[in-house]
Amino acid sequence: MDYAVSGSIFTVLVFVCFIGVVLWAYSKKSKKRFDEAQNLIFADEPQTNKQESKLDE
Amino acid sequence: MSDAIQVHPEYNYKVVRQFAVMTVVWGIIGMAIGVFIAAQLYWPALNFDTPWLTFSRLRPLHTNAVIFAFGGCALMATSFYVVQRTSQVRLFSDKLAAFVFWGWQLVIVMAVITLPMGLTSTKEYAELEWPIDILIALVWVAYMITFFGTMIIRKVSHIYVANWFFGGFILTVLVLHVANSMVVPVSLFKSYSIYAGSVDAMMQWWYGHNAVGFFLTAGFLGMMYYFVPKQAGRPVYSYRLSVVHFWALISLYIWAGPHHLHYTALPDWTQSLGMAMSIILFVPSWGGMINGIMTLSGAWHKLRTDPILRFLVVSLSFYGMSTFEGPMMAIKTVNALSHYTDWTVGHVHSGALGWVAMVSIGAIYHLIPVLFNRERMYSIYLINVHFWLATIGVVLYIVAMWMSGVLQGLMWRAINADGTLTYSFVESLEASKPFYLVRFIGGVLVVTGMLIMAYNCYRTIKGHTSREVLDDTELKAA
Repeated sequence: MDYAVSGSIFTVLVFVCFIGVVLWAYSKKSKKRFDEAQNLIFADEPQTNKQESKLDE
Repeated sequence: MSDAIQVHPEYNYKVVRQFAVMTVVWGIIGMAIGVFIAAQLYWPALNFDTPWLTFSRLRPLHTNAVIFAFGGCALMATSFYVVQRTSQVRLFSDKLAAFVFWGWQLVIVMAVITLPMGLTSTKEYAELEWPIDILIALVWVAYMITFFGTMIIRKVSHIYVANWFFGGFILTVLVLHVANSMVVPVSLFKSYSIYAGSVDAMMQWWYGHNAVGFFLTAGFLGMMYYFVPKQAGRPVYSYRLSVVHFWALISLYIWAGPHHLHYTALPDWTQSLGMAMSIILFVPSWGGMINGIMTLSGAWHKLRTDPILRFLVVSLSFYGMSTFEGPMMAIKTVNALSHYTDWTVGHVHSGALGWVAMVSIGAIYHLIPVLFNRERMYSIYLINVHFWLATIGVVLYIVAMWMSGVLQGLMWRAINADGTLTYSFVESLEASKPFYLVRFIGGVLVVTGMLIMAYNCYRTIKGHTSREVLDDTELKAA
């Protein structure tokens, strides 16, 4: 296999991976866990302790 | 000191405090050396005919001090802080964390000693000789174990995106450092790279550019993803975008290195690959920048009153600017004009002073009161003064270098009808001279800002509550 072929295969592979990451990131399934993760920076504040325990269930 | 700390007693803030304070100290030292060598370029007599004060020996000391001492301490302080806060657990091992701190300081002190002595491997940003390289690797492994160990024992189910960036940075820097530092030692202070010729050059810039991509970008993006939303008091604009940002950035950056070797003995296809990857890199870079800045959407008014937030947001603007400039300079035809000129120096400093330093400064201003259990920084006014000194200093610096660089590039390539060079090198040097003065002035402003920061931090750390209250009313009256 020469560089041109292996290079093309690799390019397609990386592109497919990228599309995969985008689909996963923007899928409805991931929404809940990403919303939880998004608020982690406020989760250990004393005033938001109640919220935090809800998030961690 | 530790008995004064009541908030979050379960976290190890000691090592974070140590690193945060040393960030300011090394920042002043590293940037002051930079100003000194900038002065040498304008007043060459400033090397005093002393070998260890020459530009050639102090320049690597400057780069090592600002990147690895200032930037490194900032990264270690913030990563240890963020991983604890977002994992809601104490650091995996206090002893390892202490080893990381003291080991890292030892590395820096050894750099301060060996580089002015002229002991160097001559690899840019990897100048330290092999015994120090081994120490770096040991400290880094301890850092990695402490960081990932903390992530593993976390009390929450998710890993916050900042930790992904920090983790990517820590892991990749170890690989880069070990691979690029492979040498055959011939004595305690002299070694030769195991790579030869253009392979050596390629390894060096694979390392060199990913020092930029992972040390100076991924790590500081981790900082950005915690401190921008935290200081703004609202979650990051789009968490989904941050996930795509992470994977796109780390998978692209690793390929961009060859743009440092355009028109060299490196094979043409490798140069073109490096160029193409560098151009694509613009997309995730701006995705991240927009994500950070848009976090303020609906809260723009906070910028008017909060100079810490201003530091963080302006750092993102500089990040956007230099990640537009970088891909452009990686284009071979642009590179033909820009390479080896002051334009490169300007580009580096718009990234290093504008992005890296400003986001670190913002993070440290956020951290110091939290770590030392104070209500806020001693003086908000002085933070504002620092902000303007830093901004004006950086702008002076990069504008001077753009003009000088383009001028140099044009003068060097100018050819007479008979094919001879229009200008001698000395003529281009003379043309650049006024810009070197402007650069020096910009640098002085930046260091002055850092000194004010040190004073402000000192007063915050030492200040009693009564003083703070007094200061508060004073500010309100003004």
